[in-house]
Amino acid sequence: MDQPLYQFLIIPAVKIVAILAVLLLVVAYLTFFERKVLAYLQVRLGPNRVGPKGWLQPIADAFKLLVKEDLIPSKAERFVFLLAPCLIIVPALLVWSVIPFTGETTVFGLLSEPIPAYLTDINIGILFVLGVSSVGVFGIILGGWASNSKFSLMGGLRSAAQMVSYEVPMGFAVVSVLLMAGSLSLVRIVEVQREAHMWFFLPGILALGIYFICGVAETNRNPFDLPEAESELVAGFHTEYSGMKFALFFLAEYANMLVIGSLVAVLFFGGWLRPFPNVEFLAFLDVIPPFFWFASKVGVVIFIYMWFRGTFPRYRFDQLMAVGWKWLLPLSLANVAVIALGILVKNHLLKG
Amino acid sequence: MVQYVPIVLFTLVAVSFPIVTLLIAKAVRAGSPHPVKGEPYECGVPATTTAFETRFSIRYYLIAVLFVVFDVETIFLFPWAVMFEKLALFGFIEMMVFLAILLVGYVYAWRRGALEWA
Repeated sequence: MDQPLYQFLIIPAVKIVAILAVLLLVVAYLTFFERKVLAYLQVRLGPNRVGPKGWLQPIADAFKLLVKEDLIPSKAERFVFLLAPCLIIVPALLVWSVIPFTGETTVFGLLSEPIPAYLTDINIGILFVLGVSSVGVFGIILGGWASNSKFSLMGGLRSAAQMVSYEVPMGFAVVSVLLMAGSLSLVRIVEVQREAHMWFFLPGILALGIYFICGVAETNRNPFDLPEAESELVAGFHTEYSGMKFALFFLAEYANMLVIGSLVAVLFFGGWLRPFPNVEFLAFLDVIPPFFWFASKVGVVIFIYMWFRGTFPRYRFDQLMAVGWKWLLPLSLANVAVIALGILVKNHLLKG
Repeated sequence: MVQYVPIVLFTLVAVSFPIVTLLIAKAVRAGSPHPVKGEPYECGVPATTTAFETRFSIRYYLIAVLFVVFDVETIFLFPWAVMFEKLALFGFIEMMVFLAILLVGYVYAWRRGALEWA
């Protein structure tokens, strides 16, 4: 086997298949996890009939969605109606090509030389993530418009306004991390946190808060789930979608939640690093694979998502816009200025 | 550019994913069409107008325009943030001037009521 083929085709292909398989499985069980968490928050049992303790529920759901009748409204724009779910799922999957799950790994000693566990590391990683994931808004607004239903149209418009509004403070929150990291590469951002002997959530606690609030709003989750507010808009932009097309919207929403969780872990909590990565005393923690740390950080963020859904009431639309434009935007801008000033003082005044 | 090759591969896989799943679903799904099922959902009431004829608030457009201004600003901040260690004091002052100019526009938009939603 010649080297380039091996390097450019076989290894990435294996990684892509692994990433997609794990991602789809995690997303499927995330729906189960969410229903269970919500159920326990509301003092009921949740799904417990399909399989032992309900563990086969996601598989039953997937099968049901697959064989369900797929309706297209007779007055809809057929092509755009079909295009919208594809437009939303492709970016939700594509983002995973740059998320660093783990540093280098030998897959438990199976390989002779360690290979990077993530698919690829590009020097504009975070920019790629922000750019690709913002394509998803097209899927939502086109799907809402093409359905030719008033509920869908309202949902699509609301979500477009909401997603673009919250993208701005989100960008500023990311900028304040970049000030500290000095690199756009996600792998590099993690390594800087190891070298700096500190995770970025300590100086960037405000940025973390802003980033997470915006992340909840970007994924249209409670308390920002106005695009699909079921008590006023039926199901928002996907009112007219059924069967597998609905499943794609659903899949994309959960995949995007995981992306936000992963980015919170990478940008603020040191990605795959164990707690206190430079403290010798805790070196025995290295027997636990780094992926475990990454996954548990993401898991905590996902749990907070569900906690939000179980406890917070929904915003009104004018309140939502006020929070985004009048609070988060100036706050995140001020945060960038303060962190820049802090770095300036630390680098120049303190060192003389 | 070597590190972009896997992304191209992933793009191909990601694009084929919805196509393949929708084709599989098309092969196995149930289907009993009926004209009433093709009606847009309107809580059981026959729709008098279609959504394409519905009007909606101009404010959605205003928000989109404001977004363009501020998102371009974020794009300017990205390279500045990455090079901040080297730019040091000069870069800091420069960026504060830039942000001050934008702040004037932001205050103007706020006072003209572009951020109000009622």
